Amino acid sequence: MLNLFKIAMRNLSRYRRRTILTASLIVTGVVFVLVFVAVTGSFKAMMIGQVTDSFLGHIQIHSKGYVASIDSLPLTMNLRSQSVKKVEKALHKIPGIEAYSPRIKFGGMFSNFVETTNVRLNGVYPEKEIKTLPFFLSRIREGGKIIKKGEVLVPELLAKGMKVKVGDMVVVIATNKDGSVNGKQFRVGGILESATGPGGRDGYIHIEDAMEILRMDNVEVSEIAVRLKDFSQLHEAHNKLQDAFSSELNKKGKPIFEVHTWEKLSPFYNIARMIDVMTFFIKLMLVAIVLISIMNVMIMAVYERVREIGTLAAIGTLPGKILSMFVIEGFCLGFIGAVFGSILGGAVIFIINIYGVTFDFGRQKGLILSTSVNPNDLIMVSVIVIIVSVLASLQPAFKASRMDPVQALRHI
Amino acid sequence: MSLIKAEDISKDYQAGEISIKALRGVSFDIEPSSFVSFVGPSGSGKTTLLNLIGCLDKPTQGRLRVAETDVSTLNQKQSASFRGKHIGFIFQDFNLMPVLTVYENIEYPLIMVQDMPVQERKRRVMSLLEAVGMDDQKDKYPGQISGGQKQRVAVARALVTNPELVIADEPTANLDRKTAYMVIDLMKKMRDELKTTFIFSTHDPRIVDEAEIVYTLEDGELTDRAAKGGINDVKSI
Repeated sequence: MLNLFKIAMRNLSRYRRRTILTASLIVTGVVFVLVFVAVTGSFKAMMIGQVTDSFLGHIQIHSKGYVASIDSLPLTMNLRSQSVKKVEKALHKIPGIEAYSPRIKFGGMFSNFVETTNVRLNGVYPEKEIKTLPFFLSRIREGGKIIKKGEVLVPELLAKGMKVKVGDMVVVIATNKDGSVNGKQFRVGGILESATGPGGRDGYIHIEDAMEILRMDNVEVSEIAVRLKDFSQLHEAHNKLQDAFSSELNKKGKPIFEVHTWEKLSPFYNIARMIDVMTFFIKLMLVAIVLISIMNVMIMAVYERVREIGTLAAIGTLPGKILSMFVIEGFCLGFIGAVFGSILGGAVIFIINIYGVTFDFGRQKGLILSTSVNPNDLIMVSVIVIIVSVLASLQPAFKASRMDPVQALRHI
Repeated sequence: MSLIKAEDISKDYQAGEISIKALRGVSFDIEPSSFVSFVGPSGSGKTTLLNLIGCLDKPTQGRLRVAETDVSTLNQKQSASFRGKHIGFIFQDFNLMPVLTVYENIEYPLIMVQDMPVQERKRRVMSLLEAVGMDDQKDKYPGQISGGQKQRVAVARALVTNPELVIADEPTANLDRKTAYMVIDLMKKMRDELKTTFIFSTHDPRIVDEAEIVYTLEDGELTDRAAKGGINDVKSI
């Protein structure tokens, strides 16, 4: 086998210019794919991080039907305290749950004593919310980095429109689930940066303030946001939660809870899917580049070495070994392309990181893209190149192995 | 017992719609350790006959036994395997692998065809390199040596597997007279030392004289057989 590799490498170095050109083509393809995968993958990961770690969480649990009516934030569909306890119990049992945050979401009126406008608010336990959303505090542009009782974090656009600043007093008025209206005076505790996506422009208050406005005796939460220890376990955790709640039925025999991953809740998921589709097609292009270039080179190699093939066959080389010779030659070419492409791709990604690529996402400006290539992607791209190289060599190699030695020896 | 026994073998080629009879009912016996030449003008069927004896091709009719095997019944893989074990080849254009050194060219059949252990391989290759006088050139590539040297390497490569039979198609055609005699002498010497049968084709009368048995082919038919003494001593067959 080692001798076959030695002969293959020598044959490749024999047509040095052609080998370098073909290998360069493969290297270029690999570099392009790796950089694309790294940039888009990092962009995707960063955006998912922004969406899930700023306001959405990885998974959300609601009472059944809540998500379909989420635009009206129906208080009547909130989870009762008994249901909340069931959810909390289930969350404690399932491994891989890092944190969770119950929220009361409601709509109300926001007044600065001069003007009044609509507002959507989340009543949260500050510590639980911060544990569930690690980027939450970074969204507070002005004011203290905490949600105190009696204070409200006002979304920046609302603060700008209503001309309120940290320390100002405002009034929040809301209707509870029974239809009675109540109001409460708040101090503006901070201005909150907007985030792209549903819920990204909501204000925040302490959950006990929310209960007071809505005249709740016991906590009735609209949703429970969940953070996982390992994001890659998203679907596994989702399935486990669904299984845990599958037996929780109401009196009509219908499920009490519904569990959704961020994918179902954020429109950014479609952009993420589009990035995946684009990546797939870019990989397909790489396959085409490798397939065509290797096949072309190997067909040329067989055509140019017909007499050599005839000689090898004449002196007793078995067809299988002649086939192996050419397949190994294709393999070596693909391997060289994959290795140099990976090294060069890594270097380009490193350079991109040194210079730093900044971009905007919605109202978030100047995000710095930290590109990195997943080792799995690196291995997968290399394996694709090598497998395609071998497959591309098969047809010319098979032709060589089946060559009639008499005809081959006569070839000029 | 004959090493080669051909009984009424014919070979037809199809060139478009025309059928060409390259060999017509050829029969002969060749004993082990012979030094045999097939002579005749171009197109007489010499190469076709050598291809059949060398198991590179199959007769259209007749029976051909080489080393006690009916080679006309072998498939592609069996033929290759048979050639690797029993037959060595020397070509007019030397046909050395340009990417392998002199040493590696000779070693090649032992690795690819016989899968011989390294030490045994080395011993045999070195012994043949010395025998053909190329041991000081062993690290050179075919492109770095002369035509005569290439043919000596080709002789060594043909003999390295210890075959019973070596077939040489016009082995001196691309060599000058002096080198041609050297190659023929080398082949004879190797025959004497290793008891290998050498069969070669040529239309060079100077080289024919070196053969011990000469078969003459004309229009695909074997017309004459001459025992040692040269082409002028042709005996009708």
